Amino acid sequence: MSTPKSAPTPTPKSAPKSKSMSRRQRTRVVRGVQYAVLLVVVLVVALAADWGEIRRAFFDVEVAKAQFPEIITTALVNTVLYTLLGFGFGLALGLLLALMRLSKVPPYRWLAVAYIEFFRGVPALLVFIALGFGVPLAFQVSLNQYVTVMLALGLVGAAYMAETIRAGILAVPKGQTEAARSLGMSQGRAMVSIVIPQALRIVLPPLTNELILLTKDSSLVYLLGLSLSQYELAKFGRDALNQNRSLTPILIAGLCYLVITLPLGHLVRRLEASTARAR
Amino acid sequence: MSGVEKSSREDKEHGAAIEVRDLHKSFGALEVLSGIDFSVAYGEVVCVIGPSGSGKSTLLRCVNLLEEPTSGTVWVAGDEVTDPDVDIDRVRRGIGMVFQSFNLFPHLTALENLTLPQRRVLGRDKAEAARIGRDRLARVGLTDKEAVYPAKLSGGQQQRVAIARALAMDPQLMLFDEPTSALDPELVGDVLAVMRSLADEGMTMLVVTHEMSFAREVADRVVFMDGGVIVEEGPPEQVIDSPTHARTRSFLARVLDPAAAGLGGPGEDGTDGARP
Repeated sequence: MSTPKSAPTPTPKSAPKSKSMSRRQRTRVVRGVQYAVLLVVVLVVALAADWGEIRRAFFDVEVAKAQFPEIITTALVNTVLYTLLGFGFGLALGLLLALMRLSKVPPYRWLAVAYIEFFRGVPALLVFIALGFGVPLAFQVSLNQYVTVMLALGLVGAAYMAETIRAGILAVPKGQTEAARSLGMSQGRAMVSIVIPQALRIVLPPLTNELILLTKDSSLVYLLGLSLSQYELAKFGRDALNQNRSLTPILIAGLCYLVITLPLGHLVRRLEASTARAR
Repeated sequence: MSGVEKSSREDKEHGAAIEVRDLHKSFGALEVLSGIDFSVAYGEVVCVIGPSGSGKSTLLRCVNLLEEPTSGTVWVAGDEVTDPDVDIDRVRRGIGMVFQSFNLFPHLTALENLTLPQRRVLGRDKAEAARIGRDRLARVGLTDKEAVYPAKLSGGQQQRVAIARALAMDPQLMLFDEPTSALDPELVGDVLAVMRSLADEGMTMLVVTHEMSFAREVADRVVFMDGGVIVEEGPPEQVIDSPTHARTRSFLARVLDPAAAGLGGPGEDGTDGARP
């Protein structure tokens, strides 16, 4: 800000000149200290760590090679499949809950609120246990694994998506409904043809975020007794960990999650930017 | 009972396009309409003028029941829209409405804005809806914009698409709620030209507007409202050029004088003051 040429600013009742630092000097000192601390930490870690051991544990090339191609063809594919099943069911149920939440019939609103509060408040893990073990024990029925996963992920996801979709529906201007009604559309038709398509467009970024969260939550499937062909990334990694006594499979499984979640995160930012432009 | 109903309905069918009797509308404690009686005959163009807050738009919105009247009766083309048992969706099909803020569907192209209501409400098939849609777009001079989304259209073009959308439903009458108030001044002319040609073709029109020159040239009758009542009504040359009531005179003086004095036309202070 202050160039050497700028006129000296009169300092009121100034503190002794020798002690005071200019703003620029202070910034430089603070930044220097931060770099110094970082350098020390990096040096200590680099010198103290047993790099051979770390490499063996995390980056064992032989173990890594052994994971392919199954970690992609089975585990990654299953993770995506479970996530999409849960997301699809959750989106449908979430839309229904959002409409119930906006209903003019009070009991529908109460039911929706109760559902949303309950499933947002309990851990997804508990829902998996209830569906995976509780329901089969209590009712003497065995659910198909895919159905269990779809229900467990979807029931929790729906609670979050319902609130998001409700906000989206409320964000569609009132004039849209009025225009639709004035053309002779019924309330329901206006909702389906005019309001919901616009609402979903508005909530596309937060829904994509929900998809990312579900991708990670799909790892809870490892709780259920799965056959080999049903393994998803977390279960697959854990199995390989036990066999090889190496963290490498876990690291690769983690990278596989990133392969899904990072592009989705990028997509969210682009969608947000384009929605911002459209307004 | 049914005999009486039938005869009264036939009577209405041969009577007015819009018939309003002792209409009251309150929002909470605020009474916006305090007993309105008026009618619009088939083929007639009626312009409603008046200061902002005078209840003009509310009156218009009561005609197709976008606002529920507090009391009173409204008939449109022989149907009593204030009857709780009336199929309001069916009645609205016959009433085209054009809004101040256009209200085009932003997720649909111009042509889809016209075809979707035809298909969903009138049950027309895809080809017929598209044929009629293109015809109505041509009608408002926007043939080349059929594949364009509303966000890419100017305000004047959006409003013309909105008029075309209403026309595609083959309405018996049209309601216009300050159709040019949200437009830049240079875009007003195109919209008014479309409305003028509609009037020339004999469309029944009820228009809430601040465009005095349009009202003077196109309207068969001008209704001046203030404070939720009709203060005076009659042919435009009477209401606009030689109003009998003081309230009408003072309103018109505020709206017309800046233009008459050559101070830059409407929008100086009188017209703006009259806009909501």
